[in-house]
Amino acid sequence: MIRLTVNGKLHEVDVEPEMPLLWVLRDELDIKGPKFGCGVGQCGACMVHVNGEPALSCALPVSAAAGKRVVTIEGLAQGGRLHPVQQAWIDHQVPQCGYCQGGQIMAAVALLRSKPDPSDKDIDEAMANICRCGTYARIRAAIHAAAKKRR
Amino acid sequence: MTTRRDFLKISAAAGGGIAVGFPIAGMGQASPREINAWIVIRPNERVIIRYACSEMGQGSMTSAAQLVAEELDCDWSRVRIEYADTNEHIRRKRAWGNMASTGSRTIRQSEQRLRSAGAAARAMLVAAAAQAWGVPAAECDAAGGAIRHAPSGRETTYGSVAAAAAKLEAPGEVRLKDPREWKIAGKPIRRVEIPAIVTGRIRYGIDARLAGMVYAALAQCPVFGGTVQSVDAAKIQSRRGIIKVLPMSDFVAVVADNWWRAKEALRELPIAWSTSGNESASSESIVESLRGGLDEAKAAVAKQEGDIEAAMPGAQKLIAAEYFTPYLAHATLEPQTCTAVVKNGRVDVWTSTQNAEATHAAAAAAAGVPLENVYVHRTQAGGAFGRRSVQDYTRQGVAIAKAMQGTPVKTLWTREEDIQHDYYRPASMVRMKAALDASGMPLAWHTRVAAPSITATLLKYPLNGGADAQAVAAFADQPYAIPNVRVEYAQRDSHVPVGFWRAVGHSQNPYARECFVDELAEAAGKDPYEYRRGLLPFSSKELRIFEATAKAAAWGSPLPPRVHRGIAVTEAFGSYTAAVAELSVSDKNLVDIKRLVIGIDCGYVVNPDNIVAQVQGNAVFMLTAMFWGEITIKDGRVTQSNFHDYRMMRLREMPNVEVVLAPSGGFWGGVGEPGLAAIAPAVVNAIFAATGKRIRTLPLKNHGFEIA
Repeated sequence: MIRLTVNGKLHEVDVEPEMPLLWVLRDELDIKGPKFGCGVGQCGACMVHVNGEPALSCALPVSAAAGKRVVTIEGLAQGGRLHPVQQAWIDHQVPQCGYCQGGQIMAAVALLRSKPDPSDKDIDEAMANICRCGTYARIRAAIHAAAKKRR
Repeated sequence: MTTRRDFLKISAAAGGGIAVGFPIAGMGQASPREINAWIVIRPNERVIIRYACSEMGQGSMTSAAQLVAEELDCDWSRVRIEYADTNEHIRRKRAWGNMASTGSRTIRQSEQRLRSAGAAARAMLVAAAAQAWGVPAAECDAAGGAIRHAPSGRETTYGSVAAAAAKLEAPGEVRLKDPREWKIAGKPIRRVEIPAIVTGRIRYGIDARLAGMVYAALAQCPVFGGTVQSVDAAKIQSRRGIIKVLPMSDFVAVVADNWWRAKEALRELPIAWSTSGNESASSESIVESLRGGLDEAKAAVAKQEGDIEAAMPGAQKLIAAEYFTPYLAHATLEPQTCTAVVKNGRVDVWTSTQNAEATHAAAAAAAGVPLENVYVHRTQAGGAFGRRSVQDYTRQGVAIAKAMQGTPVKTLWTREEDIQHDYYRPASMVRMKAALDASGMPLAWHTRVAAPSITATLLKYPLNGGADAQAVAAFADQPYAIPNVRVEYAQRDSHVPVGFWRAVGHSQNPYARECFVDELAEAAGKDPYEYRRGLLPFSSKELRIFEATAKAAAWGSPLPPRVHRGIAVTEAFGSYTAAVAELSVSDKNLVDIKRLVIGIDCGYVVNPDNIVAQVQGNAVFMLTAMFWGEITIKDGRVTQSNFHDYRMMRLREMPNVEVVLAPSGGFWGGVGEPGLAAIAPAVVNAIFAATGKRIRTLPLKNHGFEIA
């Protein structure tokens, strides 16, 4: 049995320790926000936070998340209030198909945690997730807006 | 147009608003408040607008509802959008029309139908109120979901009269608003599904979950067209969670209690494939075949104006060039997936599709049941770009579910399967030859395209005179005033499956055409902008968007040292687009795109912010393709497999894109694809201006260029 906390809730799962966290979340716990895009840690659609740090759940064995706090896109809003990054995503109408956006938002939240007022260069370096629809200009604008709001 | 038949009362369409949940069918509950096929109004004033096509990020779900709501004169904040049900669609003799979101046609193919449905419903609601009050309908007015009778001061709401309105005859004819009167359409209304996206609540095909569901991973023969010879199921059957190994005719599926277990087991499964002579095909052999098409004495004539043979000898200069564009994969970020249950002759399917009717038909065929027994539960699609118009994954998913006899199965492809088993944008080779007169203007232009035919091989339609209109797009309908033109097509199919990739022929032919026009301008010693202005008919929409885009980009104004511009223009999908790229190229061939100005004239504008978003996305899609995109073939199979070798543009590489939305009204042009068409030639022409190098084959990486 592997124990992990997901979005504040403790779970025990009976799975192989090498099973990637993504498939524990999706197929065992029915948490569908993290998406499968490549399976090799290239695209970022599966991004979650593990103990507050961004992690690519498709390439992270669940054993590495044992005993840790996992937060997915579903766990970002608190008490029915959207996270400022989520609100900025709505205000800037960022998503197109939306498939990558959970991961993009998790990456942006992690960035703002370490750099509350990121430069364009900071955003370039931190935001490596693939968006096939091409929403990058709006992602950048939304991150700046969210940073400004928090100041 | 709406007809009485559309308004027959039926059971409510299945599905939950914007596809957040997964109800099983839920058919059979009559809705007495269905005003017509598109509109249901509840007593609580909730307005349900049905959407028939697909939402895959192009924003048409919201735009389509805007058109209905505009004519309905309802309160937009009360609107909720639901997918029209394909099963109901069949029972109602296709009441919702074409359900495919393809060819940038969602809005332009349905705007009449949508607006008429809104206007007809409005008239019926007003008539119902007028009847209740015993006053002439002409004395009543409606706005924002409320109906007023000014002479008596009476007022009611749509929700109060909806049940009565639903019983009325539909009006025979309705007047549609002039777009200048629009209050909901034409405005940058926020897309309805975005709140569900940013909270992770939205559901894609991959997210389907049913009680007792199992998971399938599959492998197809690496060499296209191959079939399964044998599998050694015993090798993996004892692995944890493995339920079944299914050798189907052209793929093998492993079914398990968790998709990762299925996929891992599949990797260990020995599969012997039978290939049929294609295992020696390569990119080189395909290029050789295309070149053979260019060299062959005769080819199908797609367009003939004047007499090029007679004109060529009178030329001052003859210019000729060959361009090549490679196969491309779609790489939708959500891999292909299909969840299905086949039970007691009924099929339920949950999948991401851009053509729900095709999904429905594919499911029926794969299960061997009548169309009436199929239910397609729609979801948001995680990208489509043409890929999800082909229903191979639905056929497979339903076949697997059928073999599992009543157990729900989610079939999901790996990224590797997706890159290696696509219906690719065709590789294409174009040879152009132009004769210039003494002033450098073209007297004659001869184009031959050698490429596989999507029309013949995927759609299996006969070619009109041997020419595939998709393959010669932007040549056969080129806009320039040239007296003698011939466009030819040499069909050169290979074993690599081809299909519709965002912008189709317009993803490649405008590149060849507009770069060649730059070559002609250079030969004529003229500025590429002025040269095209001299060739575009004065009243053409191309000229209008071309000038508007050049103006926005300040074409001709001084530039910093080493910075250069390139320009291009074309029609695409009923819209008109132009692009200006401003860039520098370093000594190490790093291309620094300072500015990419893209203009679009799509006639009427339904949602301006969404059009800007689409064009921004077009830029990323095209730059990705032109810098890095190529699918190559070796030993009959695709060389690339995942994002490490089929590279996607990332945020840090995104240049500054400025969108010039210059709608001229009076027509309905497409939006999802046209903005791609002028980008590649504008960038490549700017690279020529910067380096003096004509880049006649893509991707740019093969010439040593990289994004700075």
